[in-house]
Amino acid sequence: MTMNKTLLQKSAPWLLMALVLVIWQAICSLFNVSEFIFPSPVAIVQSLVEFAGAIALHAWRTFWVTMAGFAIAVVVGVVLGMVIGSSPFLYSAAYPLMTAFNALPKAAFVPILVVWFGIGAGPAILTAFLISFFPIMVNIATGLATLEPEMEDVLRVLGARRLDVLLKVGLPRSMPYFFASLKVAITLAFVGTTVSEMTASNEGIGYLLVSAGSSMRMPLAFAGLVVIGAMAMTMYELFSVVEKRTTGWAHRGAH
Amino acid sequence: MPAGALTEAVMSATFVNFKNVFLAYNDSGDFAVEDISLTTRQGEFIAIVGPSGCGKSTFMKLATGLKAPTRGTVAIDGAPVTGPLKIVGMAFQAPTLLPWRTTLDNVLLPLEIVEPHRGRFRQHRAEYEERALKLLKAVGLDGYAQKFPWQLSGGMQQRASICRALIHEPKMLLLDEPFGALDAFTREELWCILRDLQAAQKFNVILVTHDLREAAFLADTIYVMSRRPGRIVARRENPLPGPRDLELTYTEPFSALVHELREHIGRVRTA
Repeated sequence: MTMNKTLLQKSAPWLLMALVLVIWQAICSLFNVSEFIFPSPVAIVQSLVEFAGAIALHAWRTFWVTMAGFAIAVVVGVVLGMVIGSSPFLYSAAYPLMTAFNALPKAAFVPILVVWFGIGAGPAILTAFLISFFPIMVNIATGLATLEPEMEDVLRVLGARRLDVLLKVGLPRSMPYFFASLKVAITLAFVGTTVSEMTASNEGIGYLLVSAGSSMRMPLAFAGLVVIGAMAMTMYELFSVVEKRTTGWAHRGAH
Repeated sequence: MPAGALTEAVMSATFVNFKNVFLAYNDSGDFAVEDISLTTRQGEFIAIVGPSGCGKSTFMKLATGLKAPTRGTVAIDGAPVTGPLKIVGMAFQAPTLLPWRTTLDNVLLPLEIVEPHRGRFRQHRAEYEERALKLLKAVGLDGYAQKFPWQLSGGMQQRASICRALIHEPKMLLLDEPFGALDAFTREELWCILRDLQAAQKFNVILVTHDLREAAFLADTIYVMSRRPGRIVARRENPLPGPRDLELTYTEPFSALVHELREHIGRVRTA
């Protein structure tokens, strides 16, 4: 009984997706919706197969550009988070500025980045970075700043240096926050790359979306969206697995 | 006996020495503690009791060197306190164990930080582990070394926390309401464990608590502190000879002592 229940729970997302697809297809077929307005799942799959080669090239481009931007975001986010989180002074000084920066629409940076770096991978990588470093930084900083004062006293009385406290307690303690932020950041990074590619690139899924749209190939545009969604979800799940493996102590109770 | 030798003998027998200590957290002139003067003998177990917010925890910070007094002097073991004191172990009401370390690794944590153990920890790990296991056994945690803190009950976590405070063989143990969050039976059990550890290892103890029975059961000398700004309003030597038995807590002299302490607290509140 319980075995069946967990199986049902695990397959639930797939069942829901299948249900949505069936309803979608049914609406398109029943009302004979034009492919130029709203393509049916079957039409999307057809164009996925038809343009598989081109889509794969664009998808690969988007993937590595996103990963590059995300990698920079992880490095910068962790370093900034450590700096801000380990000093209450810097925390209160930098936090409002960072929040203001985060509120800016990152798409607005693309034209500026194009002026600086030209059309191509540069603006896309940087947009992915700009949009995704914030959650990483905030989570690391929060993990460090919420250290119990008692724990710090126990270590400081033994002559612990700042670095000792950071390495022995602060960083391990922020790891669950860190992995949670990675999951959010990776999906944001895909958003950043795609947005940038839509205006400032001749390659990538973002470019594919715009050119398919302008030539009224709606099934192809939808196929591009499907590919982006699939990549983001795969990376999300990957980080979920890494998170569970490395910080199991923080997820006890949840099976 | 010449006068100099006598003072020297007295000096060396003194462990904690607070002389007219004041501490203000900011420049406003509001003191958290005021005019604290007390001395303890080597190996003495003292308790500080008082209403909450009376500066007991401030007292702890002063005794460990985490805070320097605004006025007055603090000397521990004959030397004036100028910075964090490595000869001190601390435990609090919250066990503050690290959830990603096993109980054994939690107990070993101070050795990875405090000199001289820090430098030789890697090479002599086995030896240190043996010491930790012995300590865990002494508090009744044998068999739990490889468990994680969240697999232990609250009382067990607190035992591990006390082991962590003692692993580097400190000369002084500072306890800030360590049994406050435990149920009455577990608390009494831990009282006895602490009593036996102290009897065996003879370290100095400063126990900050608001449990008068706890103070009367464990301490050689009990100090009553007033509300903020905290002052010491009474000092009472424990008339009952230690180490004390749990049965003693149900006898008339023990109740009288607790009652007397309670009256001091009552006076503190109305004053």
